[in-house]
Amino acid sequence: MNETPLWASESFWKKTAIWVTAGSFLILVVLTFDSLKQTTAGTQRVPAYDVINKKIDYQFDKELNKFMPVIGGEELLFGKEYTEEEARELVDLGKKTTQAKNCMNCHTLLGNGAYYAPDLTKAWLDQGWISPEMREDMMLQFLMNPEKNARTFGTGRKMPNLGITEAEAKGVVAFLKWMSSIDTNGFPYNFKTLYAED
Amino acid sequence: MKSGGLAGVIENAGVLVDRSRGYWQDFQNWVQLDSSTLSPGRQLAVKYFIVAVILFCAQILFGLLAALQFIFPGFLYEILDFSVNRMVHINAMIVWMLYGFFGCIYWLLEDESGTEIVGLKYGNIAFWVLTGAVTIVVLVYLLVQIGPGKDSSLWFINEGREYIEAPRWADIGIVAVVLTFFYNVVATFSKGKWSGIAGVLTLDLVALAGLYVAGMFYMTNITHEQYWWWWVIHLWVEATWEVLVGVIMAWSLMKLLGVRRKIVETWLYIEVALMFGSGILGLGHHYFWIGTPEYWLTIGGFFSALEPIPLVAMVVHAVYDAGAHSFKTGNHPALAWIIAQAFGNFFGAGVWGFMHTLPQINLYTHGTQWSASHGHLAFFGAYATINIAFFYLAIQHWRGDVWMAGGIKNAWRWKWALGLLNAGVLGMTIALLIAGYEQSFIERAVEGSTWGGYFAAQSQPAFQSAMTWRLFFGLITASGLVLLVWDLLTIGKGEERKAEMPQQA
Ligand code: HEM
Ligand code: HEM
Ligand SMILES: [Fe+2]
Repeated sequence: MNETPLWASESFWKKTAIWVTAGSFLILVVLTFDSLKQTTAGTQRVPAYDVINKKIDYQFDKELNKFMPVIGGEELLFGKEYTEEEARELVDLGKKTTQAKNCMNCHTLLGNGAYYAPDLTKAWLDQGWISPEMREDMMLQFLMNPEKNARTFGTGRKMPNLGITEAEAKGVVAFLKWMSSIDTNGFPYNFKTLYAED
Repeated sequence: MKSGGLAGVIENAGVLVDRSRGYWQDFQNWVQLDSSTLSPGRQLAVKYFIVAVILFCAQILFGLLAALQFIFPGFLYEILDFSVNRMVHINAMIVWMLYGFFGCIYWLLEDESGTEIVGLKYGNIAFWVLTGAVTIVVLVYLLVQIGPGKDSSLWFINEGREYIEAPRWADIGIVAVVLTFFYNVVATFSKGKWSGIAGVLTLDLVALAGLYVAGMFYMTNITHEQYWWWWVIHLWVEATWEVLVGVIMAWSLMKLLGVRRKIVETWLYIEVALMFGSGILGLGHHYFWIGTPEYWLTIGGFFSALEPIPLVAMVVHAVYDAGAHSFKTGNHPALAWIIAQAFGNFFGAGVWGFMHTLPQINLYTHGTQWSASHGHLAFFGAYATINIAFFYLAIQHWRGDVWMAGGIKNAWRWKWALGLLNAGVLGMTIALLIAGYEQSFIERAVEGSTWGGYFAAQSQPAFQSAMTWRLFFGLITASGLVLLVWDLLTIGKGEERKAEMPQQA
């Protein structure tokens, strides 16, 4: 009988398995620290919560060759200027509401979730809200009373009434506005906002 | 008056209990299963299997309701909304598969360690605690459904996060139960003997349980929240679960075919190296578009593109071993499901996963029915199949190691169950693939993912007929499941011939 060559031996693969696993995990841990740092609220990629006081748009950047959020001048939400702490609280209420109402089991957020209803990543910027002036009111009305304000585009698929209060609805709108400012590496591609001229 | 009413209620309840006891007796007389053939550890294992099958049925039932709503949006509107049905569908899936895995491990633990299970009493208590908790969670999902935007909703109703929706109180309970399970495993191997399989299993369980904790926290920052959420989901299904299946498969191939231990253990190490080497950093394919830095496009694309390699290795291993032992086995249904696992895993995870894993493609397919197509074939192919194979191993032993081959009485049942389930899921996968292509093209590429673009894609005839076909194949799947349950309850009943179990070479 020939000896088992090294590459077919049990002990060789056992050691390889241990080293490969440990090495990959170590790299993942290092990258995790870096990614979390780069995506803390208040960074280039994930703006601070008081970005809800500003105009947010999403445009194609020729130099980077991808769609990028564009943060502009003042555009207050509900006619109020929020401090960073107030803004964080409002976005937090909105985020918690999206979880408590289980939004993700119909919609996608940042592209993750269910496929029964539209993606919410850039919902704040959607042309469905017609104009910047009408948007806030339309969004609140829709969230609190979706059966009456649904536009189903002929599919008959309506959002159910989830008992969202006015305070919660405002939180959700703030959360959606903040989320639309996150740099998502160009996803979704080709999205035209309600600021775009045709 | 009042006490009379109460007495009446008690009397009625007594009648009801008696009657259900009668039905239970009839059922037991019908299935004719005698648990004295099972060791105490295996009696616990079959309890896990039974709950797994019940939850599998729940998964399919709620999947059908959700699929119906795609076609008739008014169906159960504001009674059981799509979100509720889908949540129960995917949560029941995760839980039944975990129940199945627990069962598999309790099943092989005594055999592999050469001793009886240490602390089995606690294992039994943990089973009932977990099952009670699962029952309450599901009832709350169905009856309470949602809550106000407060912490208390996340603690007691649901956390609103795909696949791991269970409220926080249940999370903590689950962790406690898993620790008990882990104690059973480690203490038993320590008392008996350790092996390569035992070592891999133990380390894998540490990782599997530890990862669950990463998904238990609330965060305002959705980028951070999804970052950790994917640690649980991806590192479960594309790393730790996959290795767990490798362990279960290694043991089964020894038992079913008599493959030598040295061979399965060497393969197991190869699989671990390839699976963790590609799967851990392959996590990056979920970090393309959630706000995380651009380097993930390269890292995620590269490593996840390597993930199919271990799956090829697993097919080669299973098919080669089966061939080398001339497909001689004492349990044909189990071997058939193992072969289905090898191919299902390879196609569902490997091929379907690879097709949308490069960022250039994922930009368009991300969050479309494309993902659902892959999700169905992968979860079914990789994890439903191996559990079903084990159900057959368990029932054979339960019946007293009787003969279980292609020629047994009513063999059509297991063959048709196998065929209908696989054809059903494959059919749904193809229907969803067509819908996914259409959605990527119309909604993502042409219309730029606006609300209008979303509904434009949903209204296309190609999409709508795909939804009808999905429902059709869902019904095929469901009929396969009914047949499977019937077969599991009856196969080998009254069979006198003993199985010729292979000897280990
Ligand atoms: C048995 C193993 C696997 C299972 C059970 C599985 C399951 C899933 C599921 C359910 C999703 C959808 C998640 C969601 O709801 O958002 C998903 C997403 C994904 N999977 Fe897998 N998968 C497996 C293996 C793989 C492999 C090996 C690859 C790559 C080669 C892969 C590539 C992907 C990608 C790229 C996505 C993201 C889809 C998107 O952008 O929407 N998967 N997987
Ligand atoms: C009668 C059979 C089934 C039907 C009708 C069905 C239907 C559905 C529906 C309607 C969804 C929601 C998709 C969406 O959000 O648009 C879904 C999701 C899902 N189902 Fe099923 N399903 C069935 C069987 C299965 C089986 C057998 C498995 C796996 C073992 C499975 C795994 C999944 C997964 C992983 C998801 C989430 C996919 C994602 O988010 O990408 N389903 N199913
Ligand atoms: Fe993944």
